[in-house]
Amino acid sequence: MSQAHAATATASTEEVWGGGHSPFNVRWGKLYMWIFLISDAFTFSSLLVAYGTLRHRFSEIWPTPGEVFTHFPFIHHHVPLAYVGLMTFILIMSSVTMVLAVDAGHQMNKKGVKLWLGLTIVGGLMFLGSQAWEWYHFIHGSEGGSYYLADGRLARTDDLEPGVLKFHGGGMVEGAEAQVLIATATKHVHGANLIGNEYGATPLFGDFFFFITGFHGFHVFSGVVINTIVLIVVSRGFLERKKDYELVEKVGLYWHFVDLVWVFVFTFFYLV
Amino acid sequence: MSEDEDIVGQDIHHEHVSHEAIEKAHSGLNTKVIWRVFWILLAVTIFEVLISFSGIPHTILIWTWVFLTLVKAYFIVGFFMHLRFEKIPMIYSLMLPFFLIVYLIFIALYEGVALGHTPY
Repeated sequence: MSQAHAATATASTEEVWGGGHSPFNVRWGKLYMWIFLISDAFTFSSLLVAYGTLRHRFSEIWPTPGEVFTHFPFIHHHVPLAYVGLMTFILIMSSVTMVLAVDAGHQMNKKGVKLWLGLTIVGGLMFLGSQAWEWYHFIHGSEGGSYYLADGRLARTDDLEPGVLKFHGGGMVEGAEAQVLIATATKHVHGANLIGNEYGATPLFGDFFFFITGFHGFHVFSGVVINTIVLIVVSRGFLERKKDYELVEKVGLYWHFVDLVWVFVFTFFYLV
Repeated sequence: MSEDEDIVGQDIHHEHVSHEAIEKAHSGLNTKVIWRVFWILLAVTIFEVLISFSGIPHTILIWTWVFLTLVKAYFIVGFFMHLRFEKIPMIYSLMLPFFLIVYLIFIALYEGVALGHTPY
């Protein structure tokens, strides 16, 4: 009996380690996509950690994101974070349509894959459009801009309260006192570029904004292009003839990852 | 004895790469679950935005946001990316490297605070 057991064990060991088995039970294409996404996740982690490090370094002058991203289309009040919340919604929604495309692929439903993949592309384009709008307002800035005062502090104006100067971390002056400060100011800044911005007395905030949201936006753009290519492949019936919609699953993984990165950017760039 | 052999044999057969087996293992996510995950993600995002106006001390808010972000990441990676339904060795292989990121966050933020106390 025990001899038989040993024989069985040896046989199975050989069979298990002799190749031809998949320890992860996934095909290589999907595993490679996962490994690529892990490396990409490390890149984004490094960017966000660098942001955190320098924000701690310049914590006294770093702008509060809630006071920077206050624009919303057609609304002439400050609505902090609502627009970024909407962008998050758009991206999560496009992630859902992508899962539904993968699900339709499992059922060999070509029509369903085309519909949901098409809607995913529309969602991606909506997100890119939203980001363009946000970049425009970030670069353009407010009507009044900000002043670097003679003592080195940065004073922001508020388009909704003319004649008022606001300081980082609360505190404001108005009327004649504000006029004196403006008259003696060393620099008047509008909007943002890589050298400086009106939101805080350090160019780093703008630099990180452009780099992190730009890098993520380029990922979204790449995703839209790849999704479009896959949509063409699906429409021509290649995957239907192969009876294998794994390609949709692979681009799906990439698309969800882009959504996942946005969840982290949303928290660590806009909320915190 | 023959029963034992059968079980081992079945096991090996099951582990073998067959497209049908993989398809079967990967079609566990139904439409109902997908939409439930969507509503959870949406509700958490709205909650995150709303508490930023609540006047709760900022330190507590930051830790709440970090926790809720990890909750959202769990649902996206686990359900949308299907990792929750993959084999345990694959989950460990892909997720364990992120402990390095926790260490990176710790040393880098510590360094940032220290630099803030250092004159130019």
